[in-house]
Amino acid sequence: MAVIYIDDKAYEVKPGKNLLETCLTLGFNLPYFCWHPAMGSVGACRQCAVKLFKDEQDTNGRIVMSCMEAVKDNMHLSVDDHTAKAFRSQVIEWLMTNHPHDCAVCDEGGSCHLQDMTVMTGHTYRRFQYKKRTYKNQYLGPFINHEMNRCIQCYRCVRFYKDYAGGKDLDVFAAHNHVYFGRAQDGMLENEFSGNLAEVCPTGVFTDKTLKEHYTRKWDMTMAPSICQHCSLGCNIIAGERYGELRQITSRFNGEVNGYFICDRGRFGYELVNSINRVQQPLIRGKIPDAVDKQSLYNHLNEILSNTKVIGIASPRASLESNFTLMQLVGKENFYQGISETEAQLMRTILHTMNSGQIHTPSLKETEKADAVLVLGEDLTNAAPLLALALRQAVRKKTIENAGQINIPSWHDAALREFAQQEKGELFIAYPTQTKLDEIASDSRHKSPDDIARLGFAIANYLNIMAPAPEGMDDDTLKYARQIADILKEAERPLIICGTSLYNEAILKAASNIAFALDTKDKKASLCFVVPECNSMGLAMMQAPSLNQAVEVLEKGEADTVIILENDLYRRGSKKDIDNLFNHCKQVIVLDHLHNDTTNRANVLIPVGTFAEADGTIVNNEGRAQCFFQVFMPKNENLRESWRWLDEFRQFKNGTSPEDLTTPGDLMDEMVGLMSQFKGAETVAPPADFRIYGQKVPREPHRYSGRTAMLANINVSEPKPPEDPDSALSFTMEGYKGIPPSPLIPFYWSPGWNSVQSINKYQTEIGGPLLGGDPGKRLFPETPVAENAFLNNIPPAFKPSPGEWLIVPLPHIFGSEELSIYTPGIAERSPKPYVAISKHDAENLNISESDIMQVQIRDQNYALPARIKEELPQGLAGIPFNIPGLSGIAWPAKGILTKAVI
Amino acid sequence: METPLTQHISINRPSLNLKDYVSVGGYQAVHRAITMAPQEITKMVQDSNLKGRGGAGFNTGMKWSFVPMNDAAQTKYLIANADEMEPGTFKDRLLLEGNPHQLIEGMIVSAYAIQANISYVFLRWAYNKAARLIRYAIDEAYAAGYLGKNILGTGFNLEMHLHTGIGRYMCGEETALLNALEGKRATPRTKPPFPQVSGLFGKPTIVNNVETLCNIPHIINKGADWFKSLSPGADAGTKLYGISGKVNKPGLWELPMGTTMRQLIEEHAGGMKNGFKFRGALPGGASTDFLVEEHLDIKMDYKSVAAAGSRLGTGTMIILDDHTCPVGFVHNLEHFFAQESCGWCTPCREGLPWTEKILLSIENGEGRPEDLELLEMHTKYMGPGNTFCALAPGAMEPLQSGLKYFREDFEKHINEKKCPWR
Amino acid sequence: MLSAEEIMKIDHEIALVPVRKAACIEALKIVQDHRGWISDESLEAIATHMDMSAEELESVATFYNLIFRKPVGRNIILLCDSISCYVMGYEKIYEHLEARLHIKFGETTPDARFTLLPNPCLGACDHAPVLMINDDLYKNLTNDKLDEILKEYK
Ligand SMILES: Cc1cc2nc3c(=O)[nH]c(=O)nc-3n(C[C@H](O)[C@H](O)[C@H](O)COP(=O)(O)O)c2cc1C
Ligand code: SF4
Ligand code: FES
Repeated sequence: MAVIYIDDKAYEVKPGKNLLETCLTLGFNLPYFCWHPAMGSVGACRQCAVKLFKDEQDTNGRIVMSCMEAVKDNMHLSVDDHTAKAFRSQVIEWLMTNHPHDCAVCDEGGSCHLQDMTVMTGHTYRRFQYKKRTYKNQYLGPFINHEMNRCIQCYRCVRFYKDYAGGKDLDVFAAHNHVYFGRAQDGMLENEFSGNLAEVCPTGVFTDKTLKEHYTRKWDMTMAPSICQHCSLGCNIIAGERYGELRQITSRFNGEVNGYFICDRGRFGYELVNSINRVQQPLIRGKIPDAVDKQSLYNHLNEILSNTKVIGIASPRASLESNFTLMQLVGKENFYQGISETEAQLMRTILHTMNSGQIHTPSLKETEKADAVLVLGEDLTNAAPLLALALRQAVRKKTIENAGQINIPSWHDAALREFAQQEKGELFIAYPTQTKLDEIASDSRHKSPDDIARLGFAIANYLNIMAPAPEGMDDDTLKYARQIADILKEAERPLIICGTSLYNEAILKAASNIAFALDTKDKKASLCFVVPECNSMGLAMMQAPSLNQAVEVLEKGEADTVIILENDLYRRGSKKDIDNLFNHCKQVIVLDHLHNDTTNRANVLIPVGTFAEADGTIVNNEGRAQCFFQVFMPKNENLRESWRWLDEFRQFKNGTSPEDLTTPGDLMDEMVGLMSQFKGAETVAPPADFRIYGQKVPREPHRYSGRTAMLANINVSEPKPPEDPDSALSFTMEGYKGIPPSPLIPFYWSPGWNSVQSINKYQTEIGGPLLGGDPGKRLFPETPVAENAFLNNIPPAFKPSPGEWLIVPLPHIFGSEELSIYTPGIAERSPKPYVAISKHDAENLNISESDIMQVQIRDQNYALPARIKEELPQGLAGIPFNIPGLSGIAWPAKGILTKAVI
Repeated sequence: METPLTQHISINRPSLNLKDYVSVGGYQAVHRAITMAPQEITKMVQDSNLKGRGGAGFNTGMKWSFVPMNDAAQTKYLIANADEMEPGTFKDRLLLEGNPHQLIEGMIVSAYAIQANISYVFLRWAYNKAARLIRYAIDEAYAAGYLGKNILGTGFNLEMHLHTGIGRYMCGEETALLNALEGKRATPRTKPPFPQVSGLFGKPTIVNNVETLCNIPHIINKGADWFKSLSPGADAGTKLYGISGKVNKPGLWELPMGTTMRQLIEEHAGGMKNGFKFRGALPGGASTDFLVEEHLDIKMDYKSVAAAGSRLGTGTMIILDDHTCPVGFVHNLEHFFAQESCGWCTPCREGLPWTEKILLSIENGEGRPEDLELLEMHTKYMGPGNTFCALAPGAMEPLQSGLKYFREDFEKHINEKKCPWR
Repeated sequence: MLSAEEIMKIDHEIALVPVRKAACIEALKIVQDHRGWISDESLEAIATHMDMSAEELESVATFYNLIFRKPVGRNIILLCDSISCYVMGYEKIYEHLEARLHIKFGETTPDARFTLLPNPCLGACDHAPVLMINDDLYKNLTNDKLDEILKEYK
């Protein structure tokens, strides 16, 4: 610890940070723009000035930028110093000379970093009396709006987009007071993390265009802490609603998980909530009218279920609570995971490793710190975007450490990048096609799934002779394997990443072997699994049989009725198999929030709440249980949590009359009681009866306006606000005004800090954990509980078989995910169906780019334009995974490719 | 009086080729240097008290001594700063066009001292004659074995490249220069880390001004004491002094460090032109404070000029005469600086155009009394340390001293609502 | 599309630097030498050749004042507008040029013969006022001299 003196008062602080971070951690209101806790310091805006004195005696001091000064023991500085204050206010006045002062019509108004800093520094009157410079704005695609006149040239946008996220199509142009931030030409911002521009930009230059479609001031939204539902990483988000519509998603800081950022799928993929495709009313098909009320629904269900043999089909995108209530309703023996046997087997293999406690599964934050990374069989940018963003930081770790040797501190971003130049750390990727991360990889190889596994096995064997070795490997691959093994061995924090995307179990085993082998070398190796969906891990932990087994039971006639929970089965297997499943059902009961191919097959369809209308717990890829909370109470009373429907129905079935149905007690408590593997999940968030000074935590900021007026066109008397019996959050602006426990933070606000920068006030130290610890509970053992042997079953080398192709699924961040595609902008960015084939195969088949090919997978035929990929191994073809028009394929798939005859 | 830098330069004949240069003792310093330990050279240069001629006046040997010398395999760079774009400055042009081998020799010795293996001449685009000559001279030096692999059998290697700029005053700032050489926007870098430790492509780098480097061979040949003896004053060596403006013989002269302003104007520049009166001068380029009549007898060395409230800078003086409007004069300077701001930091990017606009409005008779306060505010808040690099503080020097020495003229503009010179 | 000669010259520059992108300013200069200016198409072509995005290269290209991103005339007049030339009356020279060529700073004559640009200090202050036309420096300018000089440039 170091002692520093600020305005003559002594403070104990951590050395190694810069003064700005330190002052903010200590609670000083020191303004800044260009510095960002995740991106470090560059000293451009000159906003964070303080007075630094040579020693105690020095009374003159000099102005320094606090973001550029390292904390040293016995430092004397002043934040309050008259000249420093005057300078800070002067910087605002300079920035304001060209700013349009259009706060009233600016999306950022009221939650604007620039406004906050302006007030903070005390700049009030404008003395610049000349013409302002003006710019033309650009069209930047469906997500981000551009309004350059508001720019204060803090350079954060390019630093985030280019330096942090690896984007190429946004930059700074021209010089002096004409600098311009934008694209070379109007057009779509291509980077997958572009949405964060809206949060890093301190003004209204880059704003959320989807919010603009139904704009609401930040303080006029009802907000709740939530978890992104669009991949397995479980990024923390804040979701905001007004007038019954979900308006905006922003990132919610979690120091262990997503930090400050989220990806564009997560940020913009929320329109499903507002979709016209929502199921609105319980339907009993065949009845006239088919829309029914609760009483008739329950009666009808009761009648069906007492006369049939029912099974429940769960879902990797439904919460633990919903899956659990389904299990309770149908009985454990009748409860099936709604995923294919292949996928279920992959998840079992992963669970096997994770349950052993032998290998560390890293948090996202930890992956950022890895110094050597091997990715086996995953296209991370598309399958787990924030993990890709984390690796972009990880590859810099080694140079940051080297820079430390010449005393460049890790926060000194400008100096680091000049020192490091193009140098990057060790990242190796093996995947069938090129991935976006290839550009930062030390080396990447393009191989078939089995060959990726074989490479992995070979690496493990180099690390530990006890690990089984693949036979018949060529010298080049062996050399490559040895090189990777050596680098992993040398690394301080080696990280192996693999996952389920290629539906190849051998890859998972090979990756586990590498991690085990490193472990036997006394290396703290981490093994990170990418899994398919937001609650794939939680569902797998319930250890139920797969969908294929459900089909068997139905085929055998052991069951004839299914209850399907939030699951479009047509995305889980071949159309024929799923049709077959339904054909064996007498009755199909489906609970879901959007109409899809499965709901079309339902005899009984029950509408349910999305993440925005429901509470729930899900488990992310690292085994972290996290809670999302209902954002708003929908006007449509049918949009209720699946677990509420299912539990009420259980009560009804047990004889409770409709007027006496109760909200279930704490479902997680009940679940943990029955399934000890979930122990800890019940403590993720404070219970529903949690109060601070007797008060709930309000979902609405105290500035929330129009409550008495917003429904005045219907009724002038203000209705009673809805109550929330399920959580410690209230649907009002009344309640505890301070900082709530971290899992319950619905929005960030602090006096004087209306922008997202107020997050500073919620952290124990800047960039560090939230007060009281970051939310979420890891459920897997952290120390070895079982001995694990090396895994075997090395597949033979892949050989192209004449006339038949191995079809690999290619995930796409925009398009492959079921729910986010309801956002028009995401649909716009989804690829059109295509088939990727190797150059060699294309030549053999006389195919040129875009030629239409017939692709036959089992009994399904697709006519798809060809995309020729030079790097794709011969005998392999790729098809975009589960994009519209291309679902209904049972993976892994083989297929026959021919040139279409026109 | 010795003039080591310019003794072989004459505008009446072409610059020396390698043969001529060698015949007058050229490249002796290289022969001598390679018999010395690198650190010995650095020490000698440090002892000579040679101060950087690029403007800041930092002891050159001291600067070299910060280069890490422990890792023989490490790439290091030496760069000659020949960007000369400071308005009113035209001294390096003479050295470049007059005797390019002198610079190359200085660079070889300097590179040897820091054990750099790659060197660049960063030349401004406008000096196309110099470009031609340097390119030719570099080729000659390679052919003669002074550049390239295993120089004179010592095992020391040095590559030398000429890089010509494409505009922007910022490129002269040594860290912005590095960015320009790396093919980036010429915005400056922070210090620390200093280029000596992390410079071009992240490697240890020394950037020296052309005139600084041209002194090196002479120091090696004749010693540190000789160099000190060249000047009667506190600062060692000779200096290229220049004068532009309404004098009879504007020009450039190599004189002992510490020659007075009066000597320069009256003896060397032939005094003010008939009908023109001296009102003041920027002693060392556009980013130095005005000196006025009362300062005419101060010595033009780093310390004395600083004591008078200005900087020696590049040593090339721009004279303000009584027929030239001081407001217009200062406006011209601020226009230049505002244009050349790189746009990285706030005070410079936003402040300079503001001062320019104020000065223009005063010049046009539209000034308000409070404008002077605003100008003063800028000079106060754009000082060293408040901005990212030295460009803006430099820009404030003529403004703050202009407001001090010519305040009446500013006020007259405002009161009379017109420029008295128009 | 870059010409074979342009590519050869650019590749020569690339060989001299440790990272490809570091030669991008040289590449811009080479193409500008050949074509007079850098069109959007040229920019794209150079960027592709340098392994850069158009944005990255544009960011560099627009920083430097002598990379022309708009078409220019056959001859470029760079009139020094810095301090020594100001004292020695560059404004008179400018007025004269304006009157003769009917263009202001930043403009090109309709016959594309001249583009007139202001330029900071040309480093010939002892001979102010000065200007450059293409590669040629003209010192101690007077209006009469200027008329003679302009004739040289078609
Ligand atoms: C805006 C600015 C422009 C500069 N331009 C030049 C220049 O054109 N030539 C030069 O030698 N130094 C210039 N300098 C000074 C250099 O940054 C650096 O101090 C110098 O090249 C070091 O050489 P020296 O130690 O030999 O003086 C400039 C500095 C600034 C702040
Ligand atoms: S656009 Fe926004 S983030 Fe980028 S520099 Fe301007 S104000 Fe900063
Ligand atoms: S935050 Fe310190 S200079 Fe911008």
